[in-house]
Amino acid sequence: MDRRARRLPGALLWVAVAAVPATFLAIFFVWPACALVARGFHNGTSWTLDGLLAVGRSERTWRALWFTLQTASVATLLCLATGVVGAYVLYRLRFPGQQVLRGLITVPFVLPTVVVGIAFSGPEPVVGIVLAMVFFNYSVVVRTVGALWARLDPRQTQAAAALGADGWRTAWTVTLPALRPAIISSAALVFLFCASGFGIVMTLGRGAHHTIETEIWFQTTQVLNLSAAAALSIAQVIVVTLCLWLTSAWQRRSQAALRLLPETTSTSRLDWGRDWAPVLVTVAIIVGLLVVPMAGLLVRSLRDAGDWTLDGYRSLFAGALLEATWTSLRTAVAAAAIALTLGVLVALVVSRRPASAPGRRALATVEGAFMLPLGVSAVTVGFGYLITLNRPPLDLRSSIVLVPIAQAVVALPLVVRTLLPTLRAIDPRQLQAAAMLGASPARALATIELPALGRGIGLALGFALATSLGEFGATSFLARPDRPTLPVLIFRLFSRPGGENHQMALAASVWLAVLTATVMVVAERARPREVDSW
Amino acid sequence: MRIRALAVGVAAVALVACSGGQAAEPSSSDSAGGGEITVISHDSFNIPDELKQQFEQETGLKVTYTPLQDTGAMVNQLVLSKDAPLGDVVFGIDNTFASRAEQQGIVDAYVSPALDERAKSLATEQMTPIDFGDVCVNADKVWFESNNLPIPQTLDDLASAQYKDLLVAPSPATSSPGLAFLFTTVGQKGDGWLDYMRDLKANGALFVSGWTEAYNVEFSAGEGQGKRPLVLSYATSPAWTIGDDGNSTTVNLPDTCFRQVEYAAVLHGAKNPEGARKFVDFLLSDAVQASIPENMYMYPVIEATELPEEWVKFAPLSEAPTHVDAATIDEHREQWIQEWAEAIG
Repeated sequence: MDRRARRLPGALLWVAVAAVPATFLAIFFVWPACALVARGFHNGTSWTLDGLLAVGRSERTWRALWFTLQTASVATLLCLATGVVGAYVLYRLRFPGQQVLRGLITVPFVLPTVVVGIAFSGPEPVVGIVLAMVFFNYSVVVRTVGALWARLDPRQTQAAAALGADGWRTAWTVTLPALRPAIISSAALVFLFCASGFGIVMTLGRGAHHTIETEIWFQTTQVLNLSAAAALSIAQVIVVTLCLWLTSAWQRRSQAALRLLPETTSTSRLDWGRDWAPVLVTVAIIVGLLVVPMAGLLVRSLRDAGDWTLDGYRSLFAGALLEATWTSLRTAVAAAAIALTLGVLVALVVSRRPASAPGRRALATVEGAFMLPLGVSAVTVGFGYLITLNRPPLDLRSSIVLVPIAQAVVALPLVVRTLLPTLRAIDPRQLQAAAMLGASPARALATIELPALGRGIGLALGFALATSLGEFGATSFLARPDRPTLPVLIFRLFSRPGGENHQMALAASVWLAVLTATVMVVAERARPREVDSW
Repeated sequence: MRIRALAVGVAAVALVACSGGQAAEPSSSDSAGGGEITVISHDSFNIPDELKQQFEQETGLKVTYTPLQDTGAMVNQLVLSKDAPLGDVVFGIDNTFASRAEQQGIVDAYVSPALDERAKSLATEQMTPIDFGDVCVNADKVWFESNNLPIPQTLDDLASAQYKDLLVAPSPATSSPGLAFLFTTVGQKGDGWLDYMRDLKANGALFVSGWTEAYNVEFSAGEGQGKRPLVLSYATSPAWTIGDDGNSTTVNLPDTCFRQVEYAAVLHGAKNPEGARKFVDFLLSDAVQASIPENMYMYPVIEATELPEEWVKFAPLSEAPTHVDAATIDEHREQWIQEWAEAIG
């Protein structure tokens, strides 16, 4: 009884902590999105379901839904299959140049879709769409799985090997189950990214292939059919919720405490005899899917009318580039600061381990709620801002601060998903031991959980910065004062006539790629030094 | 020249934006004359920095520029926010969205007295025309010469076997020039437009997602040096393909053009309607009109404005552009796009 009474204020404290990010999300995501969807069910005089029924009866809707699910599933499976192998090579092994490679694979994540569209515009649009989705999201799997794998205690697999298990059996029965939290987590992310992918489908689908997301864009921005858009938004939320529910159910079954070690002691040197297969697969993926398209971009940025030239870069550096870079970096830092602060709070709350089943269910719901922004259209949120944030004290519609806020909403799920695996992997016995030895919960938090969190922060920061640097969708739907970020500048240059503008657009894309890779490498290196608490 | 202008323009934009932060505060001025205004536009709006500063100095108005995305999205955002308008004046509503804007009541009538006779003929009841241009099929002259084929003239030519597999166009479902081409077929073929589109598709026409992909990837005279010598682009595009001999390597086909007119208008519920009207007049001033070709790639609406030399030589407007009634467009836009997407896309 006594202990119970003492734990209650703790729970209340965590509810208070959760209230901060929850309020943020409510104001800048839930309210605007719901307000716009609600408009769709109101025909000016009364509430109606006609729009919903019309959309439900349209064959086009169902085709869009199918297309969304199919392409996203196939792309997710491909990403997982190649990404887990890539995680092994880039995070479990040790070889020179590894850091640079880790940075390089993140570049696609931020490339403007028009650039990717040019690279993947082969003869078959559907194949191009799926490949481009893999191209974008490969790094999400590699990095999320890799971050965990790099610190798995190797003694378990050594024990399995000593007991006579061959390499495959060890991988299948020991390593993969240990990695499952990260695999499931990244699978959910990639699926949601693919299912809500807008630019790729617009660019490569040529108006012939639709996803729910492109349909929402069309119905909202082009014909202002809000009831159709509302129905589609609801369909989208259902898909997202199902996806999150499935992954969290799976996650709960597989959740296990892991012994984590500092990275340096658990990685092993590259050994050709043992590692040739995963290395070859990863090299093939990196070369075929990442290097070739990016090299193509680089080459195109250096060629004009058949000659080699640096004109694109020269005009760019003489003009708009530095200003846009500065704007992009400032916005990215602001967005990352918001996303990280809230992300840490959410991760800490969600990683609590309540003893009661209702408590666990409540936390799973909270976790899912913070993933929702991934699956809801930027158009819906952007247009929702117009009808919600339009009165003092929250007349932010045309304020510049809305840009980093909107980007933070987009980056938050990724930050939470990156931080959670490290927190969940803390052995509960360690916390129990701390409590037994008289440490208060606050002290356990400070000495065990926060250091663990610190290890994930570099990666989360990198993802948050990269998301913001490459963000175009939400930004372009905001009525912001004219201060273009790099993606906005690239988009504008591409849509202007004349060889010089095209040259400059390509050069700016290369610049954005280099900038992102640099930021990613630096962010990952800048994490706090490993704290070895074992 | 163009690059420097662009550099200056962007620097200006940044400058203006820096001062724009405060304008978003709820305390913005509502007095007539002086004070502040907010200009809503689509993403392609661009006037030189010096002119923007000059306007601020002459009127004492502080101007915040707020570019939104494409014209369609912009109009719809204005419709959604009409109870609490985003700004005072809007630039870039075109003739295909004019009737929606006026019917939804997002603008207040203002036709500037600065218009000349030709410009007056382009004005709507409530909005002032600023610039205009044609969306036309362009041909790669060099390709047609070296293949000994006459350059096609009409829509029917484009669908004839002689020109099989030669045309690339942005899709009407995803791009505004693509949609303008759809209106051209509606204007010329009436109810038979969709059959014509089917013929075009059967004749090997390639539809891609946007103008960049069509012109700079697939078009043989574009940056990507693609395979197709016919592309849907703008009447002015030939002015950007001047070869070493000083002649343009491309030409537009005047019988395939659709006329786009862009308007400026005072937003309904503007906090500073007086300032908004001044801005509309400013867009018709000689200096701004003269800057339009190099900065927005459209023809200035005031006839006396001097045009760049290459435009006069190589980028003539169509004498008889295709016309479709604005109200008809607004009524059928969605249906036409859906029909196109079902049949062709």
